[in-house]
Amino acid sequence: MRTNFQQWVASGSPWIWMTAGGVSLSLVMVFGLLFLIAANGLGYFWPGKVAAITVQGSADTQEVLLGEIADRETVSATRVRESGAKVPAGIDTVERFLIKVGNRDMGHPDFRWVAETEIKKIEYPPGVIVAERTEWGNFYGFLSELRDGGRPLPGASLAAKITQCMARSDALKAEIKQLERIDVGHINAGLERLRLRTRALGKIEASTARDEIAAKRESLEAEFAVLSDRLTRLRKDAQRDTLVLETSSGQFKDIPFDHLVRVFHPNAMSWAEKVVHYVQKVHEFTTDEPREANTEGGVFPAIFGTVLMVMVMSIMVTPFGVIAAIYLREYAAPGLLTSAIRIAVNNLAGVPSVVFGVFGFGFFVYFLGGSVDRLFFAAKLPAPTFGTPGLLWSAITLALLTVPVVIVSTEEGLARIPRAIREGSLALGATKAETLWRTIIPMATPAIMTGLILAIARAAGEVAPLMMVGVVKLAPSLPLDGEFPFFHLDRKFMHLGFHIYDVGFQSPNVEAARPIVYATAFLLVVIIVALNLTAVQIRNRLREKYHAADH
Amino acid sequence: MTASLSSELARAEQRYRHFRTFKDKLFRFVMTAGGLTVIGALLTIFVFLVYVVLPLFQSAGMTQLGVIPLAGPAPVRLDLAEHGDTAFALGGDASYRFFEISTGKSLLEGRLTPPETILTALNDSTRSARTIAASFGHGKVLLASPQYRETFVGAQRTMTPALAYPLGPDPVQAVPKGKTIVAIAAEANDDGATIAALANDRMLYLTNYVKVASLLDGEQHVESTQVALKVMSDDVSFMTLNESQQALYVISKKGLVSFFDIHDKNLPRLTEVQVLAPDAQVTAVEFLSGGTSLLIGDSLGKITQWFPIRDQNNRHQLTQIRTFAISNQPVALIVPEFFRKGFAAIDSAGALGLFHTTAERTVYLQKGFLATAPSAAALSPRGDALILLNAHQTLARYDVQNRYPEVSWHSLWGRVWYEGRRAPEFIWQSSSSSNDFEPKFSLTPLAFGTLKATVYAMFFAIPVAVLGAIYTAYFMNAGLRRYVKPSIEIMAALPTVILGFLAGLWLAPLIELRLLGFLGATFLMPLAIFGVAWVWSRLPAWARQRLPQGTEVILLVPLVCGVLWVAMNVSQPLEQLWFGGNLPRWLGQTLGITFDQRNSLVVGIAMGFAVIPNIYSISEDAIFGVPHHLSVGSLALGATSWQTLTRVVLLTASPGIFSGIVIGLGRAVGETMIVLMATGNTPIMDLNIFQGFRALSANIAVEMPESALNSSHYRILFLAALVLFGVTFLFNTVAEIVRQRLRSRYGNL
Repeated sequence: MRTNFQQWVASGSPWIWMTAGGVSLSLVMVFGLLFLIAANGLGYFWPGKVAAITVQGSADTQEVLLGEIADRETVSATRVRESGAKVPAGIDTVERFLIKVGNRDMGHPDFRWVAETEIKKIEYPPGVIVAERTEWGNFYGFLSELRDGGRPLPGASLAAKITQCMARSDALKAEIKQLERIDVGHINAGLERLRLRTRALGKIEASTARDEIAAKRESLEAEFAVLSDRLTRLRKDAQRDTLVLETSSGQFKDIPFDHLVRVFHPNAMSWAEKVVHYVQKVHEFTTDEPREANTEGGVFPAIFGTVLMVMVMSIMVTPFGVIAAIYLREYAAPGLLTSAIRIAVNNLAGVPSVVFGVFGFGFFVYFLGGSVDRLFFAAKLPAPTFGTPGLLWSAITLALLTVPVVIVSTEEGLARIPRAIREGSLALGATKAETLWRTIIPMATPAIMTGLILAIARAAGEVAPLMMVGVVKLAPSLPLDGEFPFFHLDRKFMHLGFHIYDVGFQSPNVEAARPIVYATAFLLVVIIVALNLTAVQIRNRLREKYHAADH
Repeated sequence: MTASLSSELARAEQRYRHFRTFKDKLFRFVMTAGGLTVIGALLTIFVFLVYVVLPLFQSAGMTQLGVIPLAGPAPVRLDLAEHGDTAFALGGDASYRFFEISTGKSLLEGRLTPPETILTALNDSTRSARTIAASFGHGKVLLASPQYRETFVGAQRTMTPALAYPLGPDPVQAVPKGKTIVAIAAEANDDGATIAALANDRMLYLTNYVKVASLLDGEQHVESTQVALKVMSDDVSFMTLNESQQALYVISKKGLVSFFDIHDKNLPRLTEVQVLAPDAQVTAVEFLSGGTSLLIGDSLGKITQWFPIRDQNNRHQLTQIRTFAISNQPVALIVPEFFRKGFAAIDSAGALGLFHTTAERTVYLQKGFLATAPSAAALSPRGDALILLNAHQTLARYDVQNRYPEVSWHSLWGRVWYEGRRAPEFIWQSSSSSNDFEPKFSLTPLAFGTLKATVYAMFFAIPVAVLGAIYTAYFMNAGLRRYVKPSIEIMAALPTVILGFLAGLWLAPLIELRLLGFLGATFLMPLAIFGVAWVWSRLPAWARQRLPQGTEVILLVPLVCGVLWVAMNVSQPLEQLWFGGNLPRWLGQTLGITFDQRNSLVVGIAMGFAVIPNIYSISEDAIFGVPHHLSVGSLALGATSWQTLTRVVLLTASPGIFSGIVIGLGRAVGETMIVLMATGNTPIMDLNIFQGFRALSANIAVEMPESALNSSHYRILFLAALVLFGVTFLFNTVAEIVRQRLRSRYGNL
């Protein structure tokens, strides 16, 4: 049954295809986006090959660039010419490469665009060493020598010795970290408590108390002197061995081992070694602290902060959300007022999160926090304790933000429970409370869970309100540690979402920061998509269950 | 035995029943209390926002705190310290006194010069710099400035006032010997001073003093230069010099203003303007804080604001900006504030008004505030204390509650003529490094930015989402639908910070590089789909039947990818061919369209992406929920499925689609991270799709942590939040009501 074009258009068939186009575009966007994040986020940990690229400079000079190819794109010849590279006439488009040449401390930027037309040859020399450093980013070069306290070590089996030196310096660094974190932190906390006690004494001439404090302070300070002496020795010890690398332009660089995070030969690595490296990098990413203004290292404090904040929020949001839902569905007299409240609660879920942030900032931080400080932490004033953005206020603000989600979901669950069950329970003589407690609420648990999961997913991804009520780009200490009272709700914390914003948009070296932002984004997407899928699963199962119970 | 046991049992049962009833009641109480608490907490958000915003719109108040009698000669000049607790008074006999305002207790007393000299002329005050210029005959002038030093011991504040002499304690020769000074204007700062003195022969002597450190011994000495000018008008009644010593105004009683531009002290440039109607006279002149605007009070009770603006010839022309009316009596005194662009004015009948220029607002106006006009007045630098010297030699002290004069409906939403600008404009600029800064709190450019983002996002989102919803609900194969719908809905859960990051760091550079491809894909995509559909319809039946109905998507997903791929890859060669290799630059040079990398197109796509799932999900539910018998009936009557869709299904579901769109709109309005990260955040008002903007939400997120507690800025940001809250709440309510109506209609069908 063939039709002509006009009939075909009149039949509406092309419009059906057009509607299918809408779905297709949406699907391409969703999966394209997930793929983009996954590819970039997961690729970051893989040890890329390091290329030695011979570049034809102006006149007859040649230059060898040593680095990883970070990106490539095809652009018009005009744009390439504008950027300063030479392109012969008659060429319309040129492919250009973004090379991560690292060595930021050698006086040049660590990323460089090179046009295809400038490249004479690309090689992958097996001897290239990548040194990941605690400062200044990666160093690319060739092994020149290894020094032990200034004396060059004999040439044979340097690779094995590098491993030994790394192990030694890692052990020393771990010890230093332990001392700095735990012991020095402990002394500092002690001193701070003494300072507050002195202030609390005020002008009272309580000499015994004063003497006692002075004695304690002295002993703490003596302890600190011993510690700091030990730290100095350890630090010096850690700097004993140095690695000397030669760059592609023939310069030498001494890198003390305590500045090294990892040394590897990407071009000589086997597949298995690369996998091991990959796993190590992923492990570092999830368990280590950030370095280099958050552009390298791990995101552990951000994961920790996000999880802790979400947990505190859940503790608050679950009971209140459930109680409110039960009140609205079971106790409130049905009528115009109740349905108005229901609509209002529903709509609060659609109020911009930044508004909740403003509220939290004004109400919790300044109003409540200020009052709490005046009442309970007067000794510390004017330094605020709770009168400043922090974990507790963030959790409460997000609890308010997400409580409508829990209410709506729980109510939906309550509404789905067949009347027969309720009536049966009442008919058997149970009170309303017993009916609710023994039958209805247990049956609504999956709905409550769904609401909670959705609330968590939303809270984990929110950034705008947190920027006002508690996140920071770099928190000096975690909100949970070994110092009394162990759980510091007043502290500021790091957050994965804010980390993405901060590293991607506030860091001076965007190119260097980009991979870690992708990796962080991937981590966040995985968490949130997983939470949402779980919620969807639970909800579907729930629906089927009561669907069955209805008939 | 049995009886007692059974009665015992009955009692136990009774007790248990009581206990259960009690538990039931307790449970009810806990649930009700908890539920009301949560609802109350949510209500608090709205209440608190309003509570913070409200003070912005309250009018000012004045409370009299006390009256103290003043001994000695009548003061001709008053001044107040920062906290309004210490005052300075200069008497007509050149004696001065610092005293505590609440008790009248003297803190420091003295004289400007030896007792035999008489004060012959005094400058018209410019309050913010607090320079007093006094002349004592012989053409000499003494500059003095009251200083208040505060020292803290713990929380205890001690005030040590002192009189400083910027040019030394000896008077300087401001006009040649033998001439008498009739009017002075002077200003001093750390680098030097300028004195303009009008002699009795209508010659104006402009002397500039510069402090120079000697090269030899590093000691400071003062060098001076002088120019003499002839003044035309014979009734000069006011002369003032601004704080930065760059503009000198000589004003005649009839309102002729001679404006000397003295950026170059040796080459004053004169322009003259008549500022008053013929029947009015100038009765008071003051500078607004910052020294840019001149306030001229006249005999008709009007105060006009003037400032120089550059004309086409790059000359400064004094221009009238706005007028305030206090009464129909002559203006007796104008007392400008120190830091804000406000002033107090008193007319000769004793009416007192507080005004703010930027806000064009009369903050307070009280007729008959005083019985007669005071002879001197002073405002504290904070603007919260006012002292007035009345006819009976008593000093009345007032507490001024005027915290947010700069905010009015007009200054928030209207075009405001800011100082130094050529015309009234909408500007948001909340802070600056300069002290004399005029805060520009126009929410219009921000609201415009929000609207721009929303509109572009909707342009992208509505077609894609609604078309997608129609297909998914009406045509799509049920098995496929089970996977497709949640996939698109999961987009709603993606954190917007990730979308913002991708928009700013991935999409924006990509669009800049492949703009042609993106624009091309918009047209190419429908064409390609259309083409494929046509080709498909020409295929033999057996080929068409290979693809079950409702699975066209399987064919189209690769097509969409292909079109995008082609568009991206032909973009650069075509730009080279047609647009000299760089389309954004070509747009700027040939069409004059500015192109920013982070622009509204990027935001439109990213935010469109964020709202598509909202619109899609609700529209899909609405279409899918249309009772089956309606569409089946239509099909049975011979309508094609397209006809059924457009005439029956969509008509029935249209309220649902509408509510989906409204909810999407609400989300787009309040979205923060995407607009924050994907635009340049410059508050410009321009519809150009290739330029950025600053949205209300992003502005709040950026500026809130930096705003000072309870400042106007802080409260205006709360107002912005309240606006967002109101708008989204309204949108959502409308959508929700429409949806509920629809649901009940479906139920009836």
